[in-house]
Amino acid sequence: MDKLIEVLQQLVNGVSLGSIYALIALGYTMVYGVLRFINFAHGDIYMLGAYSGFLLAPLFAQTFKFGEFDTFTPENTLFILCGAGLVMVLSMAICAGIGVLIERIAYRPLRERPRLNVLITAIGVSLFLQNMTQYRLGADPKAFPQLIPVHVVEGLGNLTILTSQLAIIIATVILLIILRFVVMRTKLGLAMRALSLNPTACSIMGVNNDIVISFTFALGSALAAAAGILVSMDSPSINPLMGNLPGIKAFVAAVLGGIGNIPGAALGGLIIGILETFVVAIGFPQWRDGIAFAVLIVILLFKPTGILGRVEREKV
Amino acid sequence: MAKPTWMQVCLGVLTLLSLAPQNSHAEIKIGAVTCLTGALSTFGVSSIQGAKLAVEEINASGGTLGQPIQLIVEDNGSKAGETATITRKFISQDKVVVILGDLTSSATMEGAPLAQAAKIPLLTPSATNVAITKIGNYIFRSCFIDPFTGKIMAKFALDHLQAKRAIVMTDVKQDYSVGLTEAIEHFFNQNGARISNTFSYSSGDTDFRTQLTEVRNAHPDVVFLPGYYTEVGLILLQARQLGIKCPFVGGEGWDSPSLIQVAGKAAEGNYYTDHFSAADPEPRVQNFVQIYRAKYGAIPDALAALWYDGARLLAQAVQRAGSTDPAKIRDALAATRDFDGVTGRISIDENRNASKPGVILKIESGEPKMVQQITP
Repeated sequence: MDKLIEVLQQLVNGVSLGSIYALIALGYTMVYGVLRFINFAHGDIYMLGAYSGFLLAPLFAQTFKFGEFDTFTPENTLFILCGAGLVMVLSMAICAGIGVLIERIAYRPLRERPRLNVLITAIGVSLFLQNMTQYRLGADPKAFPQLIPVHVVEGLGNLTILTSQLAIIIATVILLIILRFVVMRTKLGLAMRALSLNPTACSIMGVNNDIVISFTFALGSALAAAAGILVSMDSPSINPLMGNLPGIKAFVAAVLGGIGNIPGAALGGLIIGILETFVVAIGFPQWRDGIAFAVLIVILLFKPTGILGRVEREKV
Repeated sequence: MAKPTWMQVCLGVLTLLSLAPQNSHAEIKIGAVTCLTGALSTFGVSSIQGAKLAVEEINASGGTLGQPIQLIVEDNGSKAGETATITRKFISQDKVVVILGDLTSSATMEGAPLAQAAKIPLLTPSATNVAITKIGNYIFRSCFIDPFTGKIMAKFALDHLQAKRAIVMTDVKQDYSVGLTEAIEHFFNQNGARISNTFSYSSGDTDFRTQLTEVRNAHPDVVFLPGYYTEVGLILLQARQLGIKCPFVGGEGWDSPSLIQVAGKAAEGNYYTDHFSAADPEPRVQNFVQIYRAKYGAIPDALAALWYDGARLLAQAVQRAGSTDPAKIRDALAATRDFDGVTGRISIDENRNASKPGVILKIESGEPKMVQQITP
């Protein structure tokens, strides 16, 4: 019984970590879907999301009494969630704007050039964002303000789930449902899917490809920003290089799920998160960062298209 | 616009050359390497502020050997591999007389073998891992070593906290943390007290719940946490969230305001050992605190004090050597006795380590308070 609880416990930890990877991975996979290129600056959008929250929270601290509640009670729950939700939505909007701007300034002029150019540019953008943040806001880790009270959820017996972990999982589920709706049920979503199938045919049919690509960047960046805020609620220490490793791991998650495939990215993120947690739990914490890349190697060797990816044939 | 003539171009180049810094042969070059950006940046910034203050004071009073000191500062970005590159640059490009640094044990381990091979004296004011000064006879330190820190941590837990069962959480990526863990284990396992388990984590991790869940189930009297503040802040926070109530005891790696900001209330009631306390009533210390605060608007932490002492000790050794010959400076460093530092009286022993007192601090209402001073 104890073993079962322990496995369940680590599973919860893994799912909450994996949700973060899933949210970031979605941005990689959507951009790849429409542009066939890996936006290596995406991990830094996640970092900027956390910093947006860090800068925005003090503006609303008085109105929403951030940090003043020690626990969730039935009376204050809605109030707290409104405050945290507001900071999150605003940060998502800011980062969506940054994402669109980056695409407009750095990637669009290179769209007709060899794909390698834009890939290297993306690495340049990533370094620019990291160093700009270090320069403007300092390199030292900052304490992220407390948006929601973090404590153990009552009434689960020996299972320890924190309110912050619960928030990550619930917010991820909500965001995934919204994303599913946007992609499957709206005109822009339809255009995104059309663009990923055949850009030329898509623009012949009257779709403005530029707008669809901008929208894709906005969507991906907003999700990364949400991940940044959620992770900072859970471990409230942020620094300008925090996007590096999660960014690369989320990229692995996107490849694992099948790059270009939206449910695949979510699935890949969860798998990497759970794997990492179990590697630590069975006593190999040094392998925490290694496992994602071991998975990448195995996937590239045996199923390069990923779990849910489809084989794309070169047409003559 | 007319094209510049050949003559004008020449004149332009000459003007530029005359603007370039004058040849710096007349200065004593000290290469300082530390972590100004990245995960350990608050340490790095403090350290360099301390060193710069020392150099300014020395230069204001006439420098060493009648020449001003030029401190060449380089940043390793808290990244592995950088210190080696920087040390090579110091030796081959800047041609420094001595090297000050690095800050952490792991980084110093990269630079020290290169300095030893080039026979350039290297003094680290803050790297505490035992193995460092064993690299060779040109490698020195002006702080105490991990076995001493480990000993006072273990003794404090045994005598003051009456702990019988302890757990150690080690940062396996840091030589500092690994070295300290060995020392704690060595001194704690006596009179029926023992370390019941050790858990590992790695620098850069942000989620420690997997390990902490097991710590909680083991019900220890005390948890030793010989890591650096970036992770320690989050570990303390997550430990209290999971309901672990026992005190945590750490080393000088905890000494950063960032830890208390991140951990908040969870930092309260925990202890750490350090090289220096700004609350020390010693006039020498208070004088330093005052000057430092006037210049930087902050209370100096241990790193600032250690590097201040380190830079002054180096300058004094150059003075005593009477020349910039590396071999003579080495001998002068080795002969350092009873140097009056703000972190205590420093003597360099035959293993090129410093013997000096340490303090134990307790975090109370958001500030580290001095509990006791321990001499070796």
